[in-house]
Amino acid sequence: MIAVAALIIGLVLGLVLQPTVPVVLQPYLPIAVVAALDAVFGGLRANLDGIFDDRVFVISFVANVLVAAMIVFLGDQLGVGGQLSTGVVVVLGIRIFGNVAAIRRHLFRA
Amino acid sequence: MWRRSAGTCSGRETLHMKFPRVKLPWPTVRWRPRVRAGMLIGALCGLLGFAFAVQVQSTQGSTLESARQEDLVRILDDLSAREERLRGEIAEQQAARAEISSGSNRSGAALDQARKRADELGVLAGTVAARGPGVVITIDESSQRLPAELLLDALEELRGAGTEAVSFTGGGISGRSVEVRVGASTWFADRGDGIAVDGTQLTAPYKITAIGDGQTIAAALNVPGGVIDTVRRAGGGVRVEQVDDVTITSLRPIKRPQYARPAK
Repeated sequence: MIAVAALIIGLVLGLVLQPTVPVVLQPYLPIAVVAALDAVFGGLRANLDGIFDDRVFVISFVANVLVAAMIVFLGDQLGVGGQLSTGVVVVLGIRIFGNVAAIRRHLFRA
Repeated sequence: MWRRSAGTCSGRETLHMKFPRVKLPWPTVRWRPRVRAGMLIGALCGLLGFAFAVQVQSTQGSTLESARQEDLVRILDDLSAREERLRGEIAEQQAARAEISSGSNRSGAALDQARKRADELGVLAGTVAARGPGVVITIDESSQRLPAELLLDALEELRGAGTEAVSFTGGGISGRSVEVRVGASTWFADRGDGIAVDGTQLTAPYKITAIGDGQTIAAALNVPGGVIDTVRRAGGGVRVEQVDDVTITSLRPIKRPQYARPAK
């Protein structure tokens, strides 16, 4: 409940405040958001599986975001930032799909 | 709220396996970590929502604004390549159009062009009658004779003012007025009781007909210490008349160059 409420509050805040993304953060933000989404879907799945753990969720969330940002940063340094971010998005997308599939099986038994 | 896992690791988190959870004495720390974890999760989710909204909004603006640097470079490259290709196409099409439109009468067009050019050069060289807006300057002398330098000064002033055709008219030896067209080799000299222009004797009053921008010419002649000033100081009278249409009919003989040849 808290998580959902906080998510909505964050969304509303972002929509209302309309802050501009600092140039330094611009390449990392989209990847970080996708990574965080992956962590959230993972947490949702774990919750439905009955194995959710606060600590695991928090650590996986933060680690996901940091690792994704780091990969993008490294890619930018190596000159393959575009390809590497695509790779990260693909991998995270596959994981999100897997998690959503598990959630779906839980909810609809199908 | 989330249920707490009973120490089992979640299927996809190897992290948990590497750092097995230490069971703490349950009742003493029962609510504190839960609340803290809940707040942490809430904060993270709020951050996610915030970042999501921000990102969506920054993406919904200009697509170029949020594009990565290398993408922008690539887009720019694409556009320049396309521009170059299109420019090449334009040049090709224009050449084709010119070829088609000139086509059969190309030689005719070239001839017309050459005639036009010959006329233009003739006006400047003084071998073709010229017509256009300009000024008519009449210079009268008093008892004091005007020197040839004065006419030369006037001519220089007129050239500086951008005139394209000039002629000098004055009384000839036989009493009839004579008009001399000015060209590149025109010269002035004091002779008798008048001035020789290109070897033709002229006497006052002199009339200078010039084709060009009347206002510019008038301004050039009117400068302090200029032609008008000098003539007045010498006791002469000057009248500058701007005319919309003046014709210079006198011509210069075409002199074949003896030494110089066109260099290609």
